[in-house]
Amino acid sequence: MIEKIKQRFPDIEHLPARSEEHPEGSEFHQFVVPADQLRDLALFLRDEPDLAFDYLFCLTGVDWPTEGYLEAVYHLESTRQGRQVVLRARTANREESAHLPTVSDIWPAANPHEREVYDLLGIIFDGHPDLRRLLLTDDWVGHPLRKDYEDPVNMIEL
Amino acid sequence: MKEQQPPLEEPPVVENPDGLRTEEYFVNMGPQHPSTHGVLQLVLTINGETIVNIEPHIGYIHRSIEKMCERDTYRQIVHLTDRMDYLSCHMNNEAVCLAVEKALEVEVPERAKVVRTILSELTRLASHQLWWGVMGMDLGAITTFLYGFRDREMINDIFEETCGARLTMNYIAPGGLMYDIHPNFQRRTKAFVEHFKKKLPEYDRLLSDNIIFRKRTEGIGILSKEDAIAFGVTGPTARASGFSCDVRKKQPYSAYDRVDFEEILLEAGDSFARYKARILEMWESLKIIEQLIDNIPEGEHQVKTRQVIKLPKGEFYQRVETARGEFGVYIISDGKKSPYRLKFRSPGFSNLFVLNHLAKGAKIADLVAIMSTLDLVMPDIDR
Amino acid sequence: MRAAWSFARQQLFENALPMIESIEYWLHTHFSPAWAGFLGWVLVGAVYLGIFAILGLVLVYVERKVAAFFQLRLGPMRVGPWGTTQTIADAIKLLLKEPVTPDKADRFLYNLAPFFVVTATLMALALTPFGKHLQAFDIDIGLFFLLAVSSVGVVGILLAGWASDNKYSLIGAMRSGAQIVSYELSVGLSLVTMLLLTESLQLSEIIESQQAGWWIFRGHVPAFVAFVLFVIAGTAETNRGPFDLPEAESELTAGFHTEYSGLKFAFFFLAEFVNMFMIAVVASTVFLGGWMPFHLGDWAAFNAVMDFIPGPLWFLGKVVFIMFLMMWFKWTFPRLRIDQLLTLEWKYLLPLNLANLVLMAFVVLMKWHL
Repeated sequence: MIEKIKQRFPDIEHLPARSEEHPEGSEFHQFVVPADQLRDLALFLRDEPDLAFDYLFCLTGVDWPTEGYLEAVYHLESTRQGRQVVLRARTANREESAHLPTVSDIWPAANPHEREVYDLLGIIFDGHPDLRRLLLTDDWVGHPLRKDYEDPVNMIEL
Repeated sequence: MKEQQPPLEEPPVVENPDGLRTEEYFVNMGPQHPSTHGVLQLVLTINGETIVNIEPHIGYIHRSIEKMCERDTYRQIVHLTDRMDYLSCHMNNEAVCLAVEKALEVEVPERAKVVRTILSELTRLASHQLWWGVMGMDLGAITTFLYGFRDREMINDIFEETCGARLTMNYIAPGGLMYDIHPNFQRRTKAFVEHFKKKLPEYDRLLSDNIIFRKRTEGIGILSKEDAIAFGVTGPTARASGFSCDVRKKQPYSAYDRVDFEEILLEAGDSFARYKARILEMWESLKIIEQLIDNIPEGEHQVKTRQVIKLPKGEFYQRVETARGEFGVYIISDGKKSPYRLKFRSPGFSNLFVLNHLAKGAKIADLVAIMSTLDLVMPDIDR
Repeated sequence: MRAAWSFARQQLFENALPMIESIEYWLHTHFSPAWAGFLGWVLVGAVYLGIFAILGLVLVYVERKVAAFFQLRLGPMRVGPWGTTQTIADAIKLLLKEPVTPDKADRFLYNLAPFFVVTATLMALALTPFGKHLQAFDIDIGLFFLLAVSSVGVVGILLAGWASDNKYSLIGAMRSGAQIVSYELSVGLSLVTMLLLTESLQLSEIIESQQAGWWIFRGHVPAFVAFVLFVIAGTAETNRGPFDLPEAESELTAGFHTEYSGLKFAFFFLAEFVNMFMIAVVASTVFLGGWMPFHLGDWAAFNAVMDFIPGPLWFLGKVVFIMFLMMWFKWTFPRLRIDQLLTLEWKYLLPLNLANLVLMAFVVLMKWHL
């Protein structure tokens, strides 16, 4: 499977699963995808018959202030082949206009997850049908899950 | 205060086939409403009695648990998990503990594994009993609510004796169990299983054979298998549509690899199938408990781990089957005593947003039937 | 003591006519004829308002106890011995509540609506045949009058829904209007089926005609079918039981009486219970013989024992039995959806009723009834 993907998208970085040589890996195979190739890879993964990743079971947003980007992590599973793969897409910067293309038309499960990531982290998904805040009130300022979020009223430092 | 988003434009005017012009109107259900289980606001666009569009507004019970997890130690995080889906308390705790144990690569003693499985199945029974009671109540058979709670009381009494609490149990800790089980646990659980085996056919017949109930749930809210996979729906909701997603079978954890039970898969995908799937799951849970309750191995109830646990650097994902579906814990750790990022993949979150797809074209009364078969718990969704 | 008891029994229960005549006589001797008549009616009105209030209290308590026993619990137990004064506490609470009126509600109609419902119920209550001659208003078109007057209640419900300026109330009121108007037909037709046997609309004559035996037994098959249809349609008429969609608490919060609180809500609440009582009264009058005791042919000994129980007690027993049936329905079955409800009426109950009517006509013609 990995060869197939590498063949089709040669410049995508592959992080292998955890083993002796890679003790810090995750238990799944991971691919770091540039934002412009995300949709192509997603469609390829879903539509290719022996890959058939049709089940998106987790969409997470992570904030890396030290690296200078925001990241969206996609956990995919193929219900027919029984395999899992993880995609990581990084934004260009952490400013207010951190953009990533949406995958909500490819996997409808992503629709609420992307809204939540936008709400809590501030990644703007281009092409999302209805990108609004989901969990917080509509007039909230800021994105709380970021590491540098300050809220003297609501946050208690231990 | 949450304002209505988007600002309400003029209600759309519909040209009906028979030439009558009707207007659609907006109705707000919730957040305080007897049948949205928890604080959920639904903005319905209705044409007469038919629903045209549903928009769920959530976040009324958002407690920023994920942000808190970036500050708390792993033992403290376990205590936060049972406030999320409070009806699957043990299973949520187990998810985080399994993730931590996977990362630390410790082997939990057999006794703890078996007891964890028994507790999870008892919790599943309690959760499905509450769901059954509430489903009857939503459709008008109010008596089922009290029958369901009476049996839940027996399970809660068992939990109270062993774990010390009735709702937020926190008994499963990283390394095993927090303390050993009460001597009465086995006896009481066996007595409960015997009692419930006689009651479950009665409860099943009360609703399943009732023609009013069947008319109100058969053919309502049909979810196809492809849609279930595409929308990420899991749990009995998806298994009633034929999507085989039971984590206990796919990636067995604790003692699930040595018990014999079936995964309930139904074809129809309508509300009645979802109802039947949960009733059959209750039978399977009883089977699992029966197989395990007599054979709890002796031994330690936990493995000694450090008081303040530090996970090695890396990413860990653990999946667990709660009463509502697949619960996932995704930890990104950088070697400190708190995770760098912890994400809870809650089953309710994906299950809720399939509601619009399911209920388009249904009547308001059908919406209640569909929502109660989706078995949503709002704190699980909002975290 | 025994003499007093038998005197009271004779006066009140067996034949109340002398007592009523003596009261009338007393009034006429002390006041001018116009005043006597007027005071007589005031007295009757006061008695019936008292009956309405007491009925409401007792019925709410009975409903709560019955519901509790179905749900394997005890029900009200704390307020008074075995919870008997619970309803009085509830009534006091409702009276002391702040009457909140929605801002944009149509003030006049909003206040008028509960009165429609209560008035319709009270007018129907006036015809209740409690015993021989114990009936306030015994006109010769009794049954017809009852049906006509209880239909007025639906106007109150529609007004309540409209005037509340609340979408939920409006939906509930529309549903209720459609439901009540549809089920009126079934109620009327099942009663017409029995009219073929009783040959009179006057309630006291209907009961007198059952001296030889209750109509439900004498009319065998068609009467029993009519009874079943009447009970189903009657439950739907009063928005109770599996037909309580207009007040479906789990869907529309409280339906057409969402915006009412305090005394006005108490009116709706009580009127619903007394409506249920009226359906039971009509059922027991037309089908089960009113205050007629249960006689088994010529078995004199048995009949004498049955006669020992006074008429009003028979009447109340039958009414309680039918009300228990209606309560049983409510606490067991899930609700029907509005289109299923209307389908039930128009596609099943109505044709069945018509067929039954024809069957009964045939039976009466061929004198196959007992």
